[in-house]
Amino acid sequence: MNLKPATLTRIDELITHYPVKRSAVLMLLHAIQEDVGFISNEAVEWVAAKLELQPINVYEVVTFYPMFRQKPIGRRHIKVCRTLSCALMGGYKTCETFEKEFNTHRGEVSPDGEVTVEFVECLASCGTAPVVLIDDDLHENVSSAKAKQLSDQIKAEAKKR
Amino acid sequence: MIAPPKPDLVTVNIDGKEIAVPKGTNAIEAARLVGVDVPYYCYHPKLSIVGNCRMCLIEMGMPAVDPATKAPVMDPVTGKQKINWIPRPQIGCATNASPGLHIRTNTPQIKDCREGVMEFLLVNHPLDCPICDQAGECKLQEQSTGYGRGYSRYIEQKNVKPKRTQLGPRVMLDDERCILCSRCIRFSKEIAKDDVLGFIDRGSYSTLTCYPGKKLENNYSLNTVDICPVGALTSTDFRFKMRVWFLKQTNSIDTESSVGANTVVWSREGVIYRITPRQNDGVNDTWMSDSGRELYKQVQAADRLGVVKVSGAENTLGAALKAATELFAAGSVAVVGSGRSSVEEQFLTKKLSSALKAQAHLVSRVGEGDKLLISADRNPNVRGALVVGLISELPAVGPALRAGLSSSAASQTQAGSESRPHLGGLGKLADAIDAGTVKTVITIGEDLAAAGLSAAQLAKVSIVYLGTHANATSAAAKVVVPTLTVFEKSGTFVNQQFRIQKFAKAVPGPAGATDDLVVLAKLANSTATDLASVWSLMATEIPTLGTMAYANIPETGLLLDATAYAALPFAEGETLHYKPAAKVAATA
Amino acid sequence: MPAPQQRRIIFKHIGAPGYTNDLACYVKHGGYEMLKKAVAMPPAAIIDEVKKSGLRGRGGAGFPCGVKWGLVDRKSGKPIYLVVNADESEPGTFKDRYIMHDDPHQLIEGIMISAWANNVKQAYIYIRGEMPHGARILEKAIADARAANFCGPKILGTEYGCEIYVHRGAGAYICGEETGLIESLEGKRPYPRIKPPYFPAVLGLYQCPTIVNNVETLCHVKHIVEMGGDNYAKIGTPNNTGTRILCVSGHVQKPGYFEYEVGKITMGELLNEVCGGPLPGRKFKAVIPGGSSAKILKFGETFTLKNKDGTSRTLTVEDIPMDFDTLAACGTMGGSGGVIVMDDSVNMVEALANINAFYAHESCGQCTPCREGSLWMKKITNRMVHENARAEDGQLLKSVADQIAGRTICAFGEACSWPTQSFVAKFGDEFKGYAEAKKTAKPAGALDLV
Repeated sequence: MNLKPATLTRIDELITHYPVKRSAVLMLLHAIQEDVGFISNEAVEWVAAKLELQPINVYEVVTFYPMFRQKPIGRRHIKVCRTLSCALMGGYKTCETFEKEFNTHRGEVSPDGEVTVEFVECLASCGTAPVVLIDDDLHENVSSAKAKQLSDQIKAEAKKR
Repeated sequence: MIAPPKPDLVTVNIDGKEIAVPKGTNAIEAARLVGVDVPYYCYHPKLSIVGNCRMCLIEMGMPAVDPATKAPVMDPVTGKQKINWIPRPQIGCATNASPGLHIRTNTPQIKDCREGVMEFLLVNHPLDCPICDQAGECKLQEQSTGYGRGYSRYIEQKNVKPKRTQLGPRVMLDDERCILCSRCIRFSKEIAKDDVLGFIDRGSYSTLTCYPGKKLENNYSLNTVDICPVGALTSTDFRFKMRVWFLKQTNSIDTESSVGANTVVWSREGVIYRITPRQNDGVNDTWMSDSGRELYKQVQAADRLGVVKVSGAENTLGAALKAATELFAAGSVAVVGSGRSSVEEQFLTKKLSSALKAQAHLVSRVGEGDKLLISADRNPNVRGALVVGLISELPAVGPALRAGLSSSAASQTQAGSESRPHLGGLGKLADAIDAGTVKTVITIGEDLAAAGLSAAQLAKVSIVYLGTHANATSAAAKVVVPTLTVFEKSGTFVNQQFRIQKFAKAVPGPAGATDDLVVLAKLANSTATDLASVWSLMATEIPTLGTMAYANIPETGLLLDATAYAALPFAEGETLHYKPAAKVAATA
Repeated sequence: MPAPQQRRIIFKHIGAPGYTNDLACYVKHGGYEMLKKAVAMPPAAIIDEVKKSGLRGRGGAGFPCGVKWGLVDRKSGKPIYLVVNADESEPGTFKDRYIMHDDPHQLIEGIMISAWANNVKQAYIYIRGEMPHGARILEKAIADARAANFCGPKILGTEYGCEIYVHRGAGAYICGEETGLIESLEGKRPYPRIKPPYFPAVLGLYQCPTIVNNVETLCHVKHIVEMGGDNYAKIGTPNNTGTRILCVSGHVQKPGYFEYEVGKITMGELLNEVCGGPLPGRKFKAVIPGGSSAKILKFGETFTLKNKDGTSRTLTVEDIPMDFDTLAACGTMGGSGGVIVMDDSVNMVEALANINAFYAHESCGQCTPCREGSLWMKKITNRMVHENARAEDGQLLKSVADQIAGRTICAFGEACSWPTQSFVAKFGDEFKGYAEAKKTAKPAGALDLV
């Protein structure tokens, strides 16, 4: 595993938070995904060895939680809330707008590699529906028009690179 | 033997029937005792309780007491203590007997619960019973007949999952059939200590899998097939060979080691198709090794002996016995008995050696134990030889082995079962042959070459070989009498616990082979050529067996008095339900 | 008549201009004074005050907090853990988010008082994976509080100490179930445990006695210490004490969060006056009062409830006070306080299809009825919307739901079946007539829900 020194330091610190090493699984997976972008089998085995577990113990966890991905995604991760309150306020249209803007389908990386659009379950911000999580940032009241605006912003940032 | 402490009995009421059971007995087992069937899938008496299948739902109630005074609340109608029933159904597997526990399994609510669970289990289950190996011993089939509605309301698409995953060399997985009971996962983790199986993904799409790149290949992997309640896990060896309902079941014993795991041999028309474990809570619980299941293959092996030979030429049994008797008449005979022979055969071997005034030897067969169901002593019946007096001390272990064991004992290898045992114990015989004091050797099934005698030593003596398979000794023998495998005869073994256990004839022996008992009796000039007559002789001559008869030995065996042998340095280390004597003393 | 005024205790500062989430601002507003008061009290006295306060859990089940603490096994000799359920995942609920993001020290103070009261030496905040900023804010707040001796070893000059750690989830509703959460915190798949024997109060985290409390619940503890249990109990209504945060989402003019004394505002007041009523040109059709698993209420239905004196009263949906007991008497629940409103543009088959997709996605898959039933219900409602709908599908849905509720390892069984049971019971005609309804044009403004 080729992890940044800061990640390794963080991982060693995280393990001390728990009387039982296994408890650190989720936190380690988060740290590795933030560093590398996804959880490879190599990462699964690395975490298992680090926490003195069998690889299957970690693999069971990785596959249970939708936030962990086993493949790389686009440079930006757009998660549109699908659940009732957002759907009532147009969440489906919001998601379709992002798909159209980036010429992609939910769950896939856009052809330019710029984004992965996902339809996810409740993000716990139902009062400002529809909501969208772009990477770590929550965007509220994302109507179709606002989705278009956010897409333009992402595209402009991509051009600058 | 120290009597086990008397369990704390409590009275419970199941569908109106009262029964006293040990405190903590779960509702499924308690109900079984009064003949009430509580169906289940995930529960297994030898694994941890998870309660995930929800098939064993029952209604549970406890006698009512006044919360303030703790006085019993009486029901004026019945005059008995009132029962407070919990409205929500409870799982039987996690409901443990406590004083006054009431259980109902025959109510409309429980009927509806079972119908519901059955329907749910089947909505994503393929209807491929006609091509499924589990058919005939499938809990889904049995319980949908017993507890299902008998029709389906499901018109949606079924989930699609991997159909043919080779989990390991011996186990095949069909994920669509899997009902996610997790028995196989728990077995691998808790019993085999080989944590390679798990569920991935979630919800109805959860899928049983082995970690990518790993295999379910430990020597106990086939137990997962046994305990799979459906056809998800099947044996690659048995797959598509035979419908289980055509097979005859015969109780037998695993001869791999002195553990003596109890087994069932499944056969049809003289052909064995598989071996599975038979529950014995004092020996092997419900488990057995994979290697022990392969042993039936020796029955039809290409090197099986089927022809009586005298001086290399095919001959009759009578001629062979005559030739042997003539060799014996010249004197200087040694007898090589076997820890693989039955108690009865060892008894007649002892008779023979006494009659010939010959020294009896026993081949030692010692390897590394796997701490579970294969012990260090790979002979199933060394203790039988002690009990009948064929030997009075343990056969010597070869020097190479002693060195080997001490170096590897520290590194706890998991593949203990795969490492071949070391044969030995014939050092004195070798010396006697070299000295010229032994001229004739009769060996009961043992290959003298494999046990350490050189070709030159074999060439120096006349050999009478009674055995099942061809080897260097049978090739060198003057007289060869083909005999029977454990699957073709009946008898008893005494395992490491000094538990005498029966095995029974599953299939007839091949043409040309004779029962070892018959051959030994004739050579020893005994009239006891069958089990019953051998046992009546043994009962008079061997005090340890004095009170027994073959027919009276229970299917789970009987513990013999072992105090006479307490000082012997037995090879076994700890295995399931066995602790070496020294360690018991140390912990006591 | 104008709606009653909010009574902001928990959300006193949240959203106020100039109020920031740093330690200095919190202390300036009187922060950690109650922790100082608490550590001067015997722990048992605090538990007594919480019992007297009548505080009921704000996570969903409404279980009395003092009773929960009273069940903790204190004789086992094992450490006692406090686990903060910050996995806010019940659709329609968004209160803990604001507490953690905008006033994290209030939570930490609540945790530390509760930890002191229960002799807890280690506490974990299990926060939703979808709140990465929240996790960072909490981590910083804990570090700051630790540096100021409000948590960590030897707090406030005492010999007592308690460490707080933030633990992130990764997108699983089931981690809101307390034993699923504990399994997740132990690094396993969050399969809820069977109860008996695994009651957290006895055999919780690492098989040690464990208290699992919701974020908002723990914040209330601080205010109970401040005003005393008896005074706190005077807020709200009997057996429904204190304030609670109501989160309104869906088809209203002004959605958002509002803090009221429990039971002092009715559904009608909340939706029509506080939230500004239906969207222009629309009428309210239905409302889910306590997170998406709560049974739905249909505008126009009435409830006849018995009074204590033997008389009875009849309530419309608008009349229902937003408390625990009346909502329960009306066949639903206050749950987590998430109020989801649907107007007459919504087709109930489609709304249920949306909810069923959620529960099918979130079922952990451990036990049979929920695993198979939740996906089956989703497949039925999906087929109704996207393929063919049959007149009998409503009854089939109800029957499937009936086979789940009450028969599973955890309360997810009820959570996933109550929507189906109540939608079909109250809007049966829509389910029967859906095949026909699909052929006609949708009402103006109707949106895809599935």
